[in-house]
Amino acid sequence: MEEIVFFINKVLINGTVIGSVYALGAVGVTLIFGILRFAHFAHGDLMTVGAFFALVLTSLAVSAGITAPIPVGFVVMPVAMVLTAVLAIGLDWGFYKPLRDKGTRPVVLVMASIGVTLMLQGLVRLFAGPQARSFYFAENKDIFRIDIPFGDVRRQLTVTEPQVLLILFTALAVIALHWFLTRTRRGKAMRAVSDNPDLARVSGIDTAMVVRTTWIIGGGLAAAAGTLLSLDVVLKPDLSFNLLLPIFAAAIVGGIGQPYGAIAGGFIVGFAETLSIFNWAIFLRPFRDVWPQAIDMPRHLAFVPTEYKLSVPFFILIAVLIWRPTGIFRGRVF
Amino acid sequence: MAGRRDLIVFGLLVLLYAVVFWSFGAAYSTRMLVEATCYALIALGLTIQWGYAGLFNVGIMGLVAVGGFGTMLVSYPTNPDFLASDGPALLSSVLFRLVISGLLIAGAVNLHRFGVPKAIRTVVQIFVIAGCYLWVSYGLDSAARHIEDTAGFVGGLGLPVWLGWAVGALFAAIIAYVVGRICLGLRSDYLAIATLGIAEIIKHFLKNADWLTRGTLTVSPLDWPVPVPNDIGFVAARSAFLAVTAVLVVVTYLLLERALHAPWGRMIRAIRENEVAAAAMGKNVEGRRLEIFVFGAILMGLGGAALVSFARIFDPSGFLPLNHTFLVWVMVILGGAGNNRGAIFGALFVYLVWTLSEPMALWLFDLARDWGDTVFGWQAPSDLDSRALQMRVFVIGLTITLVLRFAPHGILPERLGNK
Repeated sequence: MEEIVFFINKVLINGTVIGSVYALGAVGVTLIFGILRFAHFAHGDLMTVGAFFALVLTSLAVSAGITAPIPVGFVVMPVAMVLTAVLAIGLDWGFYKPLRDKGTRPVVLVMASIGVTLMLQGLVRLFAGPQARSFYFAENKDIFRIDIPFGDVRRQLTVTEPQVLLILFTALAVIALHWFLTRTRRGKAMRAVSDNPDLARVSGIDTAMVVRTTWIIGGGLAAAAGTLLSLDVVLKPDLSFNLLLPIFAAAIVGGIGQPYGAIAGGFIVGFAETLSIFNWAIFLRPFRDVWPQAIDMPRHLAFVPTEYKLSVPFFILIAVLIWRPTGIFRGRVF
Repeated sequence: MAGRRDLIVFGLLVLLYAVVFWSFGAAYSTRMLVEATCYALIALGLTIQWGYAGLFNVGIMGLVAVGGFGTMLVSYPTNPDFLASDGPALLSSVLFRLVISGLLIAGAVNLHRFGVPKAIRTVVQIFVIAGCYLWVSYGLDSAARHIEDTAGFVGGLGLPVWLGWAVGALFAAIIAYVVGRICLGLRSDYLAIATLGIAEIIKHFLKNADWLTRGTLTVSPLDWPVPVPNDIGFVAARSAFLAVTAVLVVVTYLLLERALHAPWGRMIRAIRENEVAAAAMGKNVEGRRLEIFVFGAILMGLGGAALVSFARIFDPSGFLPLNHTFLVWVMVILGGAGNNRGAIFGALFVYLVWTLSEPMALWLFDLARDWGDTVFGWQAPSDLDSRALQMRVFVIGLTITLVLRFAPHGILPERLGNK
């Protein structure tokens, strides 16, 4: 039993948490990929910048004496989301739109987004410094420890408050996104542009509006993911670089241009990561007494050492590109 | 051949370097020039990938690191502790396991030839791959632990440096071949994502494989293909090294010019401009792309090997996406993608600006600190210096976006047609 609780803590809870972060990021990436047709490399940095906005707002709120039963960082998060959405539209207007209007190849836009990545990274480190920062100025991070009501189990289920908030927020965001894409005019217009931009334009859909909406959704969700992740751990300026690969893997696994696929892909990549770094030797321990003496019982039995965690999304990506380039939800291959 | 524009641009570059020689001294300037020529090799590699063929490689850092690793492994003196221990035997048993696994996996992949139904095939393949992976990685793990405990690390082979450079280039070529086989048929964005990922994984591997590279402990001193500074002094030794790298750059340049103006070069550009038309003319699009991706990688590996040899230290944590990938991109797109002279000019010019930007950024921020202090009474953060260097990241990003928008062809644009 102890082992199963440990497994739930390490794999199920952590996988859901990191999967939610990937899912929120991948939705933005896949929408931008579907509508603007380029891989937006600066998405990880939108997350960092969003979290940084939230951090500044939190410190302002704390110094203004605002307290709340939930972390202040979560209270100010909507404002950070709006700021990041505005920033995303500004970046598009300043750096991507001129290139699009000139009719350059999409791959040049990818390069431009890498330029934007470096600019955002430089700015964040210039203003925040290279060190890690915590969101908790005045309060402590609540950790819920839940006793197992049956059996003789000493280990507890542990989940932190930001993790609960993150999972709840992701669930809400998914429902809201579904409602938006299927029930509203604007959402339907987005899907139309994603499916066939020329046809959408001749049917009178305002493409500029669709592009704006894409950046609002992408930027807002990126800010939320960055903030919630930093609330749970700390805000590090190099957060973005490690998130970029899993997020792209999630978007491609789910199928480019498929928001639901991106959500599923996010959780697939998240669980694959936690499953592959989990120490499976734990499950051998109950058999300690019946284990044959001749063979050493392995103490550590993980598929991937923790320091190579980043290679998991990469190999998922490669596997999907080889066997099913359209992704599980039959997205597009351009 | 050389247009007026080339003459002016290179004339200004020579002038700029003359000023640097005059104000910083010969030892500093030769070092900068050697590093700039190494970058010129890497930039030539990128210009054939991106400029000739439109292949989007943002994993240059990984190829540079592999090149450096190759030269370290070949040219570093042998480690007698390792040779005396069980290490070699353990490593060959890992190799044996690898070969057996390779055969097993090849068999599982080809099961369809024996008429095995698809469902069973998939299950068998997954189990064979997972089992072989665990078997090999468990063996490698214990071998690595044994080597780290008894000998520290495997050491080098003690062979000549030029052989190390060749092996570095070969390693880079092998990696590029594997990545290219998987990703070149797909959209270029996927190649970008895959190369970015593989570069990070290579770096993580080199950093954590203590048994092979000593990880964060670094390996030094590495040997040079020419006498080292301790024997003949800084300026003479660096000049000799510079002669080697400069000859490499010139030879590569001449070969590339020849190739570019040959039917082969026209075919590559035809593929870039219109893949469908080129395929319809009977050109093997994927084969040519793979070829060019591997050629570019060879140059990147060679440049990386020279760079690491010159630094005399192999430090896996020292490979940064910013210095070894995006700086090269700035060199190529600023110099002019698809123009070999543009790549060389870009490398020499951007590296000069990059090196000088460090003292310049610090000086600027010192100025800002004094000024902010006296005028506003602003208390500067104590880590201002490390933050000031981050400004360079911003400037690199800004340069990329501005060049793409306002001068997409660079300073020396690609010349098309037979002039």
